[in-house]
Amino acid sequence: MLSNNSPFAWWKLLTFILLLYSANMGFIGHVPRLPILNETIRNLYFHVPMWFAMTLFLLLAAVYSIVYLAKGNLKNDRYAIEFTRTGMIFGILGLLTGMIWAKFTWGTFWTKDPKLNAAAIAMLIYTAYMILRDAISDEDKKARITAVYNIFAFPAFMALIYILPRLTNSLHPGNGGNPGFSAYDRDREMNMIFYSSVIGFMLLGAWITSLRIRLRIWADKKDGLHIDSGKNVSKDLLDA
Amino acid sequence: MFQKIYWMLSLLLIASISSFAQQTEQVEMADQFRTDGKIYVVIAVVTIILIGLLIYMISLDKKIGKLEKEYKEEN
Repeated sequence: MLSNNSPFAWWKLLTFILLLYSANMGFIGHVPRLPILNETIRNLYFHVPMWFAMTLFLLLAAVYSIVYLAKGNLKNDRYAIEFTRTGMIFGILGLLTGMIWAKFTWGTFWTKDPKLNAAAIAMLIYTAYMILRDAISDEDKKARITAVYNIFAFPAFMALIYILPRLTNSLHPGNGGNPGFSAYDRDREMNMIFYSSVIGFMLLGAWITSLRIRLRIWADKKDGLHIDSGKNVSKDLLDA
Repeated sequence: MFQKIYWMLSLLLIASISSFAQQTEQVEMADQFRTDGKIYVVIAVVTIILIGLLIYMISLDKKIGKLEKEYKEEN
């Protein structure tokens, strides 16, 4: 069997099988006929997985920050920052795709909707994390301080994105008494496509992150930093 | 291993071949677009983009693997 660091590892192929499946069936498959949404309901397969993937990566980043504080191994700090970076990319894509969808269903790119504003604030919290990292030059100090920040950032992110918008009125599906898409007739076929897309994008993000981590640890070693790099970064990722 | 992947793939495909029957209601959908067959152009484009990304990811993965190997040999 191929090592997980191999470019042809099974889960890397699975990533693209799932993405190709959801990108094709996402257009061909049957969707319910709903007014206003019309065909844009197909965005469900592409916009929502961005946020699912972002949440997973930020969760993993928080977990690695905890592990770093427990063990003091700089490797875990590298995992945390790279997962946060990937999470941010997915978050930005989620915001942009959401804005386009909003333009053609709600009539405007941005409203003062609690879900939208909360998502924007959550992104700012993680931007602050990046800036904080750049502000401290000592590697160990940087890793420790930002790990603590990251552990606090994750619950704040969860509350902003998933809890607060549910407590008020919101246009966004799944919030403020507004039904999520599962309330419509999301049938078995739609669920298949949706979850293939979610898992596909999560695996793609994990792949990108594993590459960044390997590059980072390689560079750290070259700089003479003490990093216990583990033999197989991707394996660590899969075990997480 | 590959057998497993093919299994999963074929399961996904079989599960998705449910009815394509469309109810004819008043809600507008891209029916005209679909009868024209042009939706398949979009699918082709997206497929090409995804395959291109796959190739790019694999080449990046290979490059980083090579760097790691070189560094290990130096030491």
